Amino acid sequence: MTAILEMRGVSKSFAGVQALRDVNFAVEAGRIHALVGENGAGKSTLMKVLSGVYPYGDYEGSIIFDGEERRFRDVNDSEALGIIIIHQELALIPLMSIAENIFLSHPPSRFGVIDRDTVYRRTQELLAQVGLTEMPDTLVTDLGVGKQQLVEIAKALSKRVRLLILDEPTASLNEHDSAALLDRLLAFRAQGIASILISHKLSEVARVADRITVLRDGRTVDSIDCRAEPVEEDRIIRSMVDRDLAHRFPERAATIGEPVFSVQNWTVHHPQHRERQVIKGVNFEVRRGEVVGIAGLMGAGRTEFAMSLFGHAWGERISGRVWIDGKEVNLSSVAAAIDAGLAYVTEDRKELGLILDSDVRKNITLASLGRVAKQGVIDDISELRVASDYRNRMRIRCSDVYQETGQLSGGNQQKVVLSKWLMTDPKVLFLDEPTRGIDVGAKYEIYCIINELAEAGKGVVMISSEMPELLGVCDRICVMNDGAFVGEFAATEATQERIMRAIMRNKSVAKKELEGGLQR
Amino acid sequence: MTDKTVTLPKPSHTGFIKNNLRNYGMLLSLFAIMLFFQIMTDGTLLQPLNLTNLVLQNSYIVIMALGMLLIIVTGHIDLSVGSVAGFVGAVAAVLMVRYQIDYPVAFIACLLVGALIGAAQGYWVAYFKIPSFIVTLAGMLVFKGLALAILAGQSVGPFPPTFQKLSSGFIPELFPGAGTLYPTSLLIGAALAVALVYTSAKSRARQASHGIEVEPFAFFVAKSAVLFAVIVFFAGLIASHRGLPNVLVIMTALIALYGFVTTRTVIGRHIYAIGGNARAASLSGIKTERLTFLTFVNMGVLAALAGLVFAARLNTATPKAGAGFELDVIAACFIGGASAYGGVGKVGGAVIGAMIMGVMNNGMSILGIGIDYQQVIKGLVLLGAVCLDVYNQRR
Repeated sequence: MTAILEMRGVSKSFAGVQALRDVNFAVEAGRIHALVGENGAGKSTLMKVLSGVYPYGDYEGSIIFDGEERRFRDVNDSEALGIIIIHQELALIPLMSIAENIFLSHPPSRFGVIDRDTVYRRTQELLAQVGLTEMPDTLVTDLGVGKQQLVEIAKALSKRVRLLILDEPTASLNEHDSAALLDRLLAFRAQGIASILISHKLSEVARVADRITVLRDGRTVDSIDCRAEPVEEDRIIRSMVDRDLAHRFPERAATIGEPVFSVQNWTVHHPQHRERQVIKGVNFEVRRGEVVGIAGLMGAGRTEFAMSLFGHAWGERISGRVWIDGKEVNLSSVAAAIDAGLAYVTEDRKELGLILDSDVRKNITLASLGRVAKQGVIDDISELRVASDYRNRMRIRCSDVYQETGQLSGGNQQKVVLSKWLMTDPKVLFLDEPTRGIDVGAKYEIYCIINELAEAGKGVVMISSEMPELLGVCDRICVMNDGAFVGEFAATEATQERIMRAIMRNKSVAKKELEGGLQR
Repeated sequence: MTDKTVTLPKPSHTGFIKNNLRNYGMLLSLFAIMLFFQIMTDGTLLQPLNLTNLVLQNSYIVIMALGMLLIIVTGHIDLSVGSVAGFVGAVAAVLMVRYQIDYPVAFIACLLVGALIGAAQGYWVAYFKIPSFIVTLAGMLVFKGLALAILAGQSVGPFPPTFQKLSSGFIPELFPGAGTLYPTSLLIGAALAVALVYTSAKSRARQASHGIEVEPFAFFVAKSAVLFAVIVFFAGLIASHRGLPNVLVIMTALIALYGFVTTRTVIGRHIYAIGGNARAASLSGIKTERLTFLTFVNMGVLAALAGLVFAARLNTATPKAGAGFELDVIAACFIGGASAYGGVGKVGGAVIGAMIMGVMNNGMSILGIGIDYQQVIKGLVLLGAVCLDVYNQRR
């Protein structure tokens, strides 16, 4: 078989962070090629290079499609050749019909007037191809996620697709819809359409893929020809996670004390689908001076767990009991949670953590202005003193505390958010993906801060999708999947393989329910 | 944290000048516009009589701009203020003229009506998350209609003389018989100037004693001298025509109060945080819904006060009262540097914005420019001011 696509020696870096290093990747015509790897391994970046999101010149290496070197300036260039990418977040317009969505960018028209009959007929043909029986004028918002996914694929087909890229297409589908979607892929293969399938679900990958490539830390580390050799899950998992962990984390000697935070039977329902349990009767405990990691894939319910604890900031019909320092506490509002000694450093610091237009000082004192105010009047001198003190302690690199927070780098922004929460003097801190999108040096500094917090006797909970980070920083790691804890390892016995296996084992047995993800 | 030896940051000099240029830029434009009309009207603009009129004509816009600024800072808008002011003026007329209720009782009742109206609108905006644009657009129609209804389509007046004093009165003269000059007003103006210079000197000294870098001494002296001179100059002008109007005293007190609340208090900081990033504010323990609600209640009270001032000035309540005020009020805030996206805006800016609008209205009227082209020019000034601001922020 000849390769329809070849990517040779592709490298790409973002502000000093190497996302892809010399990746070689080839897809044969009419084959399904699975791309697997941890969160952050570089899968999405590689696909963005391929589809022209990162234009030619923004990366090193070359892309050969159909035997010719291609230099895409944008997504339109790659689409013109039939390379169509379907992202994890669907790009459909909910209040438009299926037909309008499919022919959004290139409606068949005469003199600029849309030819509705042709649109309707073509949509019907396309829907039949993906196995949908809906009427073309059905609104997309009335479809389930699984069918929306198929509409996306129909949209791709309308553009004469030659290479279809699917980024985690089944992440939010139930088993039945997932199976239907994978059957489509197999049908397309029979028609000679090649696909790239990015997935975390190894069982699916094993079912449909002709070849599996494993990415790790931006490198291709393994490639398995599924028709020539048996697919061993262990081999894939090992290549996904195996790497050198030395010297990336500060030394730490834990002194673990009494339980400082315990949760019993914590249950949370989805705010829109109120009958659906997102967190299912979870028990959880953190001790003084302990760093507990929560591992799991995206959508496992980790952020929802933390946010629902933090003043019921997410979810509906929340029940369960919480003790801090042995005293039962009421966490029904964010203010109450802060008073009780809880702090939550959000996953998305720009959207949820910071006021970017506002200066560093105001961001640091935002959650505890009362500490620098008398009778509701802010003492500007003591505010400035406190803010400057945090700036020095956390080594926030800014021209002064009056600098706009939006001008700082990601790592420094994260330190501002951490300062804000340290100023509330919490007993327990939840850190949700605290090192996402920041460079290696700043990561190390954040790890040091986590160590200092634990040494000061606080309980720290770290949610992270980067397993090495959890292994390097935590004393204990709990594994969450589908709204429940499915495994727990002491730091000494935890390995990436064991964690990944705990997740995967549950992935294949769990009945995934409809839709997922945090309400945005 | 209590360690006194921390090294405090040094504000960068260029940043300091740049920030201050932006702050004073607005003030400089106001002076430029005043100078322009002063020359074009051959000195009529700053004649004592006209200056007093200018204050009276704009008092209700300034009063409402204070409330509107808070609303805009939280990321909302209130289109109903003109109608609410007109409606409350009508309520005042009905209470005082038709039912002969005492002025203080009626006055307080009217402010309460304003608070209730603000609460009613704020409730839908804050707790039901209905866009404020829509809620207050509805309010605009409702209260315009209600004003018409309770006045039965007619003008009601005149008001009792004590109520008229709210707008047409001047502070009592303690040293009568000084000819055309009213020394009490001049003295109050001078005292205000001294107090302002004194407090800023004190705060500067306090900051310096804590090791915070302050503006250069020469700069500070020059600024204080200019401030002092300007206040005394205007006090002198005002004092040579019947003295300080009561409304000016109320306005000054409100400006001082809102200036303090927005810059120095926890509640003020929280309001800015909501406009800057409502979700981050809420996750920092700020009660965003309640605060948004309260800014609307506050707006209602100020709109009611403005309605009373306006009714007292006309000495009659008319169904047309308040029509179009909301446009001047909102324009004043945006000309004064408030951001339509929320989170940014200053009381001083809104006041200066209102004054720019007022001086232009007044100056153009003296020049005999028709109401048609006055609106065109005002519209262009609004667009220009906001464009300039956007341009400045992009740099």
